[in-house]
Amino acid sequence: MRKRLLNWDFWTLVTVLAAAVFGLFLIYPLFSLFASSFQDPATGSFTMKNFIRFVERKYYYQSLINSMWVTTCVTLLSIIIGTALAYFMTAFKVKAKGSVEILVIISMLSPPFIGAYSWVLLGGRSGVLTRFLSDLFQTEWPSIYGFSGILLVLTLKLYPFIYLYVAGALKKIDASLIEAAESLGCSGLKKVATVIMPLIMPTVFAGGLMVFMNALADFGTPMLIGEGFNVMPVMIYSEFINEVGGQANFAAAMAAMMVMITSAIFLLQKYAVNKKSFTMSSLRPLQAKQLTGWKNIVMHAGIYLLVLVSVIPQLTVTYTSFLKTSGQIFVPGFSLNSYITVFDNLALAITNTYAYSFIAILAIVLLGMLVAYITTRRRNWLTNIIDTLTMFPYIIPGSVLGITLLLAFNDEPLILSGTATIIIVSLVIRRLPYTLRSSSAILYQISPSVEEASISLGASPLKTFFKITAVMMIPGVLSGAILSWITCINELSSSVILYTGGTRTMAVAIYTEVIRASYGTAAALSTILTLTTVLALLLFFKVSGSKDISL
Amino acid sequence: MSVAIHIEHVVKRYDQTTIIPDLSADIQNGEFFTLLGPSGCGKTTLLRMIAGFNSIEGGQIKFDALVINDIPTHKRNIGMVFQNYAIFPHLTVRENVEYGLKLRRLDKAAMRQKVDDILRVVKIEEYQDRLPERLSGGQQQRVALARAIVIHPSVLLMDEPLSNLDAKLRVEMRGAIREVQNQVGITTVYVTHDQEEALAISDRIAVMQAGVIHQIGKPHAIYTRPYNGFVSTFIGHSNLFRGRIKIAGSEKYVVFQDGYQVEMDNLGPVADGQEVVVAVRPEEFSVQETGLSCRIHSRVFLGKYVNYTLTFAPDMLVPNQPAIEFSQDLGHAEKIFELGDSVTLRPNKAKINVFTADQSANLIKDVKQYA
Ligand SMILES: Nc1ncnc2c1ncn2[C@@H]1O[C@H](COP(=O)(O)OP(=O)(O)O)[C@@H](O)[C@H]1O
Ligand SMILES: [Mg+2]
Repeated sequence: MRKRLLNWDFWTLVTVLAAAVFGLFLIYPLFSLFASSFQDPATGSFTMKNFIRFVERKYYYQSLINSMWVTTCVTLLSIIIGTALAYFMTAFKVKAKGSVEILVIISMLSPPFIGAYSWVLLGGRSGVLTRFLSDLFQTEWPSIYGFSGILLVLTLKLYPFIYLYVAGALKKIDASLIEAAESLGCSGLKKVATVIMPLIMPTVFAGGLMVFMNALADFGTPMLIGEGFNVMPVMIYSEFINEVGGQANFAAAMAAMMVMITSAIFLLQKYAVNKKSFTMSSLRPLQAKQLTGWKNIVMHAGIYLLVLVSVIPQLTVTYTSFLKTSGQIFVPGFSLNSYITVFDNLALAITNTYAYSFIAILAIVLLGMLVAYITTRRRNWLTNIIDTLTMFPYIIPGSVLGITLLLAFNDEPLILSGTATIIIVSLVIRRLPYTLRSSSAILYQISPSVEEASISLGASPLKTFFKITAVMMIPGVLSGAILSWITCINELSSSVILYTGGTRTMAVAIYTEVIRASYGTAAALSTILTLTTVLALLLFFKVSGSKDISL
Repeated sequence: MSVAIHIEHVVKRYDQTTIIPDLSADIQNGEFFTLLGPSGCGKTTLLRMIAGFNSIEGGQIKFDALVINDIPTHKRNIGMVFQNYAIFPHLTVRENVEYGLKLRRLDKAAMRQKVDDILRVVKIEEYQDRLPERLSGGQQQRVALARAIVIHPSVLLMDEPLSNLDAKLRVEMRGAIREVQNQVGITTVYVTHDQEEALAISDRIAVMQAGVIHQIGKPHAIYTRPYNGFVSTFIGHSNLFRGRIKIAGSEKYVVFQDGYQVEMDNLGPVADGQEVVVAVRPEEFSVQETGLSCRIHSRVFLGKYVNYTLTFAPDMLVPNQPAIEFSQDLGHAEKIFELGDSVTLRPNKAKINVFTADQSANLIKDVKQYA
């Protein structure tokens, strides 16, 4: 009996609290989603009608096929480009390597729809590039709209994930492994194929999954340049918006199907990777070699061209933001008109963004550290469940999460729809995993005996956590928190479903401005957003003294 | 301040597997007590039960008269030194040592005094403002020791504190630990699997195997009068011969399989014709006219000694022994033997041990299992 009571310590409380948070804001909403998907909109009784309607009409199921097709292409292309870039950057000496790396990270961290929107500015029907090229060659330039546009934009946005993952894995390959292969008579391409490729394969898989989930869930890009090429997130969004007032049962059914598909793919990937997982650590990383002659030139040209194409959207947007406007129309010359309009009309969106993100990041860091602790150091059945639950937000598309939250908190007893709270909740749930993963990773590196030493000296477990463990965790927590922060301020796909006039964020404002064809103000907002993203990143590099952000 | 530790019939289970079935020991106030045993025998488990990091599934542990089973670690007032030192990497050497004192709300002046004193005792004053990652292994070890001792704990617990150091440093730190422990006179429980270390450092040793204590005693007693076959072969080397007791009038003999017999005047109760195992350490043989005949199988020159391995007729020996050894003291040796030489070795009857046939008890008079 005495033992029971003693077990109710601080960590039990944290465990129960974490279970409650995930239960209330993840499990219960998902449950509501599935319940709603089996409901008849008219009568409220149980039905399979919603699913039947989906598989019967080509208009609907084609969007699923489109989604899978474009996502698969994006994933494969990203893997090829990202892995190749990582290999060349690690194995050979590349001039201005640091700058290349930073530009790649920046192009990854801006919201993808900014990329989409600036490719519209460049390659759209009246885009700069389109007019220039058709004047030059007197031919039709391939359309930026539809499948090829989505493929271009998402690949450019997502290959950096693969790059970062694989570059990290390559750094962990010890030079002695390569030397061993060479001593056995293996060289050149064969070395890459038989030693390097197998070693980085698990990493490529993990990165590929992340790219796949991101591409499948992306809402902004296909919305802006998809045109006739319908994909699931857009379909869910528009059905959901059209069904207002009703129970959104059909949208819920489509969302439920997406959750099932992503879960299945996730489990499959996990199974494939688990079967051949190993850990590496290198004492002596690979040395970059100097390429000579035409090989060196071709490599540099390729890398620089890739980086240029990656940052073109950012440059276009920034340039556009300084163009002179009259109303919504651009007129010759430069001005700060767009910025003035933004600060006059859209200041609330800016303050909202930072206020919500700030509150969210505080919750994320606190929750991330505590939950990481219970899932690594206090293993039991409940913390194991929590550990699995925290993976969910990786695989739930933002718009789906938005819908689940709305369905769950639209009614008594807890009405949150239309409030800032619901947006903050969605930010926390969606962006917690980054901080959580990096916190767990560093906890695995901290020997438990350091905590035991503190306890043996008379500090209570709680005091030990805050005085010793938390302090030692900070570098790891920070590297995840920076990603959480950047993705919070750029969040669109869930916010666009949850916002109302008063709770608009910058990403939402950019999206609505683009839809209204107010390109000037959209560009100005984008520039502000990108600037703060870059500043946050630079600040992080400065504070942490490293150029590694953990994924 | 310092306390005696009474371990009474404790049990440790992980799920279904029992690691420690029923273990008792009394550790006196101020003594240096060592748990010695092969890797995996449960030493760390027992130590962490005393510390409070492991739960106790049965029995009880007392500090003096106080049962500590349900007292959380941070209220037990223990000092612990970890195998990997567990120095706080974000605190300087001095801050590491101060950590426990700050929790006890000592006033500034008293704290400075205490920290200065202990830094001097463990000889790390000059590094006190450094961060620990720039210290060598031996220096980190001293910081860990100082940090544990400065709080004047009731007991000091150490889990293989020297195993990460190189051989020379190990000997040096061994001396330092013993010296510091003497100065502060604190009850110490020390865990090691290194028998030489245990013999050199301890007041008393508990020899453990598979969760059971085979013998508790002073180092000299454990080495010279091991309680059973396991202890005699685990601590130092013992050659085990099959033998028989012969009683003729008031004289008692141990008879080897080849008929050679030794008269023993220190045997406890035995029966005529009883089968026994005779344990002879390599240094307890001497080259004589009469004794046990064997051949030299191999030879290793070790400076002070020459170590030979021997070949006997197989039925002379207890089966499955790694080697039968004879170590010849070069200070008194008349000749060094060549491989294949025949020699006659006589066991020193005052030194050898006689076990029951199952090797579970020593038949020499007054050998205690727990002393
Ligand atoms: N947390 C645990 N769960 C299950 N078995 C354990 C655990 N910790 C230790 N053991 C087992 O208990 C036995 C004793 O371990 P330990 O006390 O660490 O040995 P020693 O310190 O003597 O080398 C080993 O067989 C080990 O596998
Ligand atoms: Mg151990």
